[in-house]
Amino acid sequence: MIKENLFGKTLSELQEVVIKIGLQKFVAKQLTDWMYKKRIRSFEEMHNLSKQTREKLAESYDISYTTSTSIQESVDGTKKYLFPVKPHQFIETAYIPEGDRATLCVSSQVGCKMGCLFCMTGKQGFQGDLSSGEILNQIFNIPEFEKLTNVVYMGMGEPFDNLDEVLKSIEILTSDYGLGWSPKRITVSTIGIIPAMKRFLNQSKANLAISLHNPFEDERKKLMPIESVYHLTKLLDEIRSFEFSGQRRISFEYIMFKGENDQQRHINELARILNGIKCRINLIRFHPIPNVPLESSSNETISRFQVGLKRKGIITTIRASRGEDIFAACGLLSTKELVKRQKNEDY
Amino acid sequence: MPKIKILNKTGKILLTKTYVKNIQEIAPEIFTLSFPRTEDFRPGQMLAVALNIDEAPRLYSIASGNKEKDYRILFNIQSEGFLTPRLSDLKVGNRLFVSKPFGSFYGTNKADYWIAAGTGIAPFISMMKSGLGDNKTLIHGGRALESFYFADKFKSVLNNNYIQCSSITKAEGIYSGRLTEYLNITENLALDRNYYICGSSQLIIDIRDILIRRGVPYNQIIAEIYF
Repeated sequence: MIKENLFGKTLSELQEVVIKIGLQKFVAKQLTDWMYKKRIRSFEEMHNLSKQTREKLAESYDISYTTSTSIQESVDGTKKYLFPVKPHQFIETAYIPEGDRATLCVSSQVGCKMGCLFCMTGKQGFQGDLSSGEILNQIFNIPEFEKLTNVVYMGMGEPFDNLDEVLKSIEILTSDYGLGWSPKRITVSTIGIIPAMKRFLNQSKANLAISLHNPFEDERKKLMPIESVYHLTKLLDEIRSFEFSGQRRISFEYIMFKGENDQQRHINELARILNGIKCRINLIRFHPIPNVPLESSSNETISRFQVGLKRKGIITTIRASRGEDIFAACGLLSTKELVKRQKNEDY
Repeated sequence: MPKIKILNKTGKILLTKTYVKNIQEIAPEIFTLSFPRTEDFRPGQMLAVALNIDEAPRLYSIASGNKEKDYRILFNIQSEGFLTPRLSDLKVGNRLFVSKPFGSFYGTNKADYWIAAGTGIAPFISMMKSGLGDNKTLIHGGRALESFYFADKFKSVLNNNYIQCSSITKAEGIYSGRLTEYLNITENLALDRNYYICGSSQLIIDIRDILIRRGVPYNQIIAEIYF
């Protein structure tokens, strides 16, 4: 019998579990202390639970972690972890140290169904959603856990296509019963699924990043099919109507494609459509992937684009390329592993 | 296109109550479901559909013409799906909740290619029934003959420009092989035309890769993925 894993469950979910098996409600809080604060991996180590309670929990449940099966390390210190999820399914997690910051880029799905032209993960298709536990496992189960300053949901998958589990994982990262992190340390990136984005804004305090990549709807549609469903203008209207309080940040990701989205007219249109939104644009160099007819804009063009946007009053940064030698950002590792396993199965 | 509000303040898609006018199983586990049309729409647009006002709706391309009295959607039963098993149990007169039409996978008057498999054919039957079929080429993939939903209607308008690719059926006038195989070998791909594709993400990605490899510029490929 496969035991249900309690790791990744919220306090209220754990309360339901313990009540269901006849334990006191407070046991749920003890479980969160052990799992999330002390990062204990077996019921046996939970010394303040009676032997009977531990045995009862262990009968039907476990709290085990999944370890990575592969680690690649870049010359710049970036590391890419490959975690198995289900048989033949893999996800990637990138650890990116930079000065006094250490960011972890986590996956929210195995593969992706959004089909963005420039994305390697999309090429492996969609294989499934990650549970909250599988999302958190990427964070809790790397050697650099203690060094982490930020988590970004920008790995494989579209987080807002798996919002329930993403929200649960954020709750555990930020709540008192969990890690107690400030939500400012967390950024969730989306291609713009509007209903889910509104729910996220209302139910979480984490930062929001939107993959924009082209300000013209007709051009964006050809890079990102989601544009046919949820228009950028409507997305921005929704953002404008939301009251961003405190230090919650909104940023726009903009991958620079040579000759496609790096011209003056794009600067002008970005300034027009983002008018009234307090935000930042992150310009990103494109790392070519196989069979995709797009090239990165040159460094000079990217710098010029940045200056152009700054002149329009938009805070604009150029994201430093990290882990290029290990393809840290593009899903190549898991796709390769998936193909390898499928081939093994076929033969 | 008029701007329409499809979301309420909490991000829920705005839905209004309507009722089933017709439900038909047009092939094993494939259904059309009709209900009164309340708004104008552009062929290629979609509707959000739910059976209860408080549940998350699912999105379906409209499969009826924009002059017809009713909206029609096309769906297949997903055995573990949240909505389609219940949709298939609906009877005439039953209640359901539907959004206004939205999305911008619009058909055009140009000589475009349409490519679809399975229920991905829905926007194209809408476009054809709305008078946009005359100069189109439809490449339609399916396993067996019964998978070519609306084939008679497409044949009657598109004639030789209706190309069926069947992965398991051999029959006269039908390409015997997968849709992707056909696209890989056909010598009749115009590089100066737009390609509209509708289907699952894997289908879209595979077809887009083939078209690009064969020289179709990426910005002439417009995809609608069944999310």
